[in-house]
Amino acid sequence: MVVHELSELEIDRIFQALADATRRDIIKQAMRREQSVSELAKHYRMSFAAVQKHVAVLEKASLITKEKRGREQIVHGNPEMLHRAAQLLDAYEDIWRQRANRIGEILLEPRKGTES
Amino acid sequence: MTVISTHKDTENLTLTFVAEFAADVERVWQVWEDPRQLERWWGPPTWPATFVRHDFVEGGESRYYMTGPEGEKARGWWKTTAVQAPNTLEFDDGFAGEDGEPSGFLGTTHCVVKLEGTGATTRMTTRSSFESLEQLEEMLKMGMEEGMREAMGQIDGLLALEANA
Repeated sequence: MVVHELSELEIDRIFQALADATRRDIIKQAMRREQSVSELAKHYRMSFAAVQKHVAVLEKASLITKEKRGREQIVHGNPEMLHRAAQLLDAYEDIWRQRANRIGEILLEPRKGTES
Repeated sequence: MTVISTHKDTENLTLTFVAEFAADVERVWQVWEDPRQLERWWGPPTWPATFVRHDFVEGGESRYYMTGPEGEKARGWWKTTAVQAPNTLEFDDGFAGEDGEPSGFLGTTHCVVKLEGTGATTRMTTRSSFESLEQLEEMLKMGMEEGMREAMGQIDGLLALEANA
């Protein structure tokens, strides 16, 4: 089975897209239900254009998808990509696992400085 | 060492990690307090850490650098914000510039450490809070890419197994 690996560029885009609180919120909204960009914009105290810019960044990182329906642009969340972002967070957990392993090894050593 | 639990809060960007060690709480505290022991486990084996300063008191500052496989240096700092030996410790951790001093680059990670001893064993809980995923990404980039790829490979492997089952 071939598993698709994220490229460095894709990883950069995901993290940069998620670095902003408004964009994280847009994803949450879009995951809950599909909606138009103008509907989304009502949730935020910023201009329609500003929201549209955030949507564009998220789309570029494949975290959401946009579809034209009549005059409206409908935004959907992309759960597959979010799952991959969660995998990156797992990597930090792995760092703590490795640290704990090394602490465990140090603790196995005989105590120094106790001999008289 | 046994990992008891891990909890990832993707919305608040925190990771809580709980492990248990077969040693008393004073002994586990030493691996945080003594810079020579701390530097043996803080950085990954390919990017070992060197603590050039470690004022392990409330308000105290630490300075460290990690040395990469090609001799490149990634510098960081701690500011210890709470210490209650041998049970609690809180500190901010961030990037430092070429001069070794805090650079403000990507903000800080806050870490809360709790050690709970029950005689011969000690439970260690660490909670790391990030300001942004961008910051977390940079941390992962600092010599931890290998570990990241391994972790991702393992998860992908598990998913593939499940899909084939």
